[in-house]
Amino acid sequence: MTLAGVAFYLLSAVAVLSALMVVSLRNPVHSVLFLILTFFSAAGLFVLLGAEFLAMLIVVVYVGAVAVLFLFVVMMLDVDFVELKQGFTRYLPLGLVVAVALLAQLVVVGGAWIERAGPDRAPLASVPGLTNTETLGRVLYTDYVLLFQLAGMVLLIAMIGAVVLTLRHRPGVRRQDVAVQVGRSRAKAVKLHDIRPGQGLG
Amino acid sequence: MDIANLTASLPWLRPELLLTSYALIGVLIGAAYREKAAGVLATLGVLALAGAGVLALLAIPGKPQEVFGGALVIDSFGVFAKALIAFSAAATLWLGADTMLRAHDRRFEFSLIVVMSTLGMLIMASANDLITLYMGLELQSLGAYVLAAFARDDARSSEAGLKYFVLGALASGLLLYGASLIYGFTGSIQFGDIAADARHGDVGVVFGLVFLLCGIGFKLSAAPFHMWTPDVYEGAPTPVTALFAAAPKAAAVALMARVLFDPFAGLQAEWSQVIAAMAALSLVIGSVAALVQTNIKRLMAYSSIANIGYVLMALAAGPQAGAAAALVYLATYLPATIGVFAIILAMRRGGHLLDQLEDFAGLAVRRPWLGALLTVLVFSLTGIPPLAGFFGKYYAFQAALSAGLWPLVVLAAIATVVSAGYYLRILAIVWFQPPVGEIERPSGAVAITAGLSTFLVLGVLSIGLGPVARWAVEAARASFGS
Repeated sequence: MTLAGVAFYLLSAVAVLSALMVVSLRNPVHSVLFLILTFFSAAGLFVLLGAEFLAMLIVVVYVGAVAVLFLFVVMMLDVDFVELKQGFTRYLPLGLVVAVALLAQLVVVGGAWIERAGPDRAPLASVPGLTNTETLGRVLYTDYVLLFQLAGMVLLIAMIGAVVLTLRHRPGVRRQDVAVQVGRSRAKAVKLHDIRPGQGLG
Repeated sequence: MDIANLTASLPWLRPELLLTSYALIGVLIGAAYREKAAGVLATLGVLALAGAGVLALLAIPGKPQEVFGGALVIDSFGVFAKALIAFSAAATLWLGADTMLRAHDRRFEFSLIVVMSTLGMLIMASANDLITLYMGLELQSLGAYVLAAFARDDARSSEAGLKYFVLGALASGLLLYGASLIYGFTGSIQFGDIAADARHGDVGVVFGLVFLLCGIGFKLSAAPFHMWTPDVYEGAPTPVTALFAAAPKAAAVALMARVLFDPFAGLQAEWSQVIAAMAALSLVIGSVAALVQTNIKRLMAYSSIANIGYVLMALAAGPQAGAAAALVYLATYLPATIGVFAIILAMRRGGHLLDQLEDFAGLAVRRPWLGALLTVLVFSLTGIPPLAGFFGKYYAFQAALSAGLWPLVVLAAIATVVSAGYYLRILAIVWFQPPVGEIERPSGAVAITAGLSTFLVLGVLSIGLGPVARWAVEAARASFGS
């Protein structure tokens, strides 16, 4: 077995096992940490495939943003995970049926892939002398410029939606007003009293 | 793709560019003027949507034009669908913004989200590869999720938004899984290449197609993927429900027709059973469950499921007859449903919208005009002969018969009779039950929309149906004829 083969089986085994840990662990924080391990293993598999850009993207986006966001949600929000898991045993038989059906379908599709009728296809036309990133950059803003712009619109609508659903203008909130603070003069802020001994300010 | 291709492609995208410019400029206006901009932005939004419909109609290509390196295809089927989508969205945005402003909800984002969601629908109607399909669908859906939860202080609306979002994300996941299988087995995302390759009939491609159909079926609210529809229709604010019931349906039907008839025309033997099963289930569940509803929005949700059943029955008939019948059905169904929702939005008492069926008691006594308009619209939805709805059903039945789908046609005929039961129940309540209270004077937007859609259902679409149907047949032949 070559080194790449060893790496593949190692990364795959870690990915599958840590995915199993994500759904079976009791402590949600541990689950999220194992989720991060799963993402790292998937990134390693992409490196083995020669897709180093996708691998870095997974580390930056999924580990760096999505998983950390999960961690924040798990730690900051008061989610009762015991209550969430209450229906687990009740729905387990149904879930198992669905899982077995999906597994059977995957086996059928895998079999179809092995003995498919059409010719072998290599959808990636790799350009010699160019890295992944350069190749993507060449098509992203030319061939796929429309899709790139549409993705921008999707993000814009997501942003507007998040603002409209969560932003509240509360009355009576005291905000910092720098201009007022800076424009405050000594005359307005400080007052000198000449206090006679023994009488106080009264 | 070089710059010449890009500049040649852009003019075909005028409707989409108009909506994009409105959205981008509208965000800036809204950011500067906040609540004060709500009225102006709503008016501009309605104009932009109607303008997009006109722009689409002004540029009907003779033969299908692939633009942006094959990401989109502009053909007469797409133009027909885009016109339906844009005009329905304009009418429902007018109704919705008017209702929002009357309720002193001056959030200007409403119009922006509706217009951007409609942009997604236009992209869906002319998608020509798997990624464009997904981007259009996601743009439309994200807007819809936000709109469903728009009344954020109302627990039911928040629940509707969350439920729609979670189930919609699941449906998107199924769709993407199907798309990845299709890409893996055919080696291309372009519909043309997929069509050339799908003829081998790989099991993997058929699997992918079924997953794809499940995802689109969810957006269509076709049974068995309809579970979200009644809850979301009931929970969402009524103006938003009106939006959901019109334009997105047309977009999803157009997308479904394109997927079936363009890349997978060679697999008709495989998908026609799936579509026929979805049609049969939608017809049965939609018609039977609507009989026991007491909330008018839930009733309209089941009615829309049943109506999607007729459209799917037409699509099961195959490329040319099916696409033409689906277009005619949409052209007759959308005005009637928009009109009914206009009248639902007119049902106000003490500044509140009413949505229980019993609140309609004696509407014909209190507001005879509204009662009369509702009667015509509901008769059209039922499919009573001189009205437009009858011809929509006629074309759908004819298409299915020509393809030899006898069992489905018999089932649809029974479903029509059952649906007459709940449609006529509405009219019985409106005409024969004693009034329970005053109904406020309807606003101009509501009255005009209700009147205009009744006019379309009554006159133009039954007398002028000939040209519309001829155009639909032409469009189907030009786009999907081999």
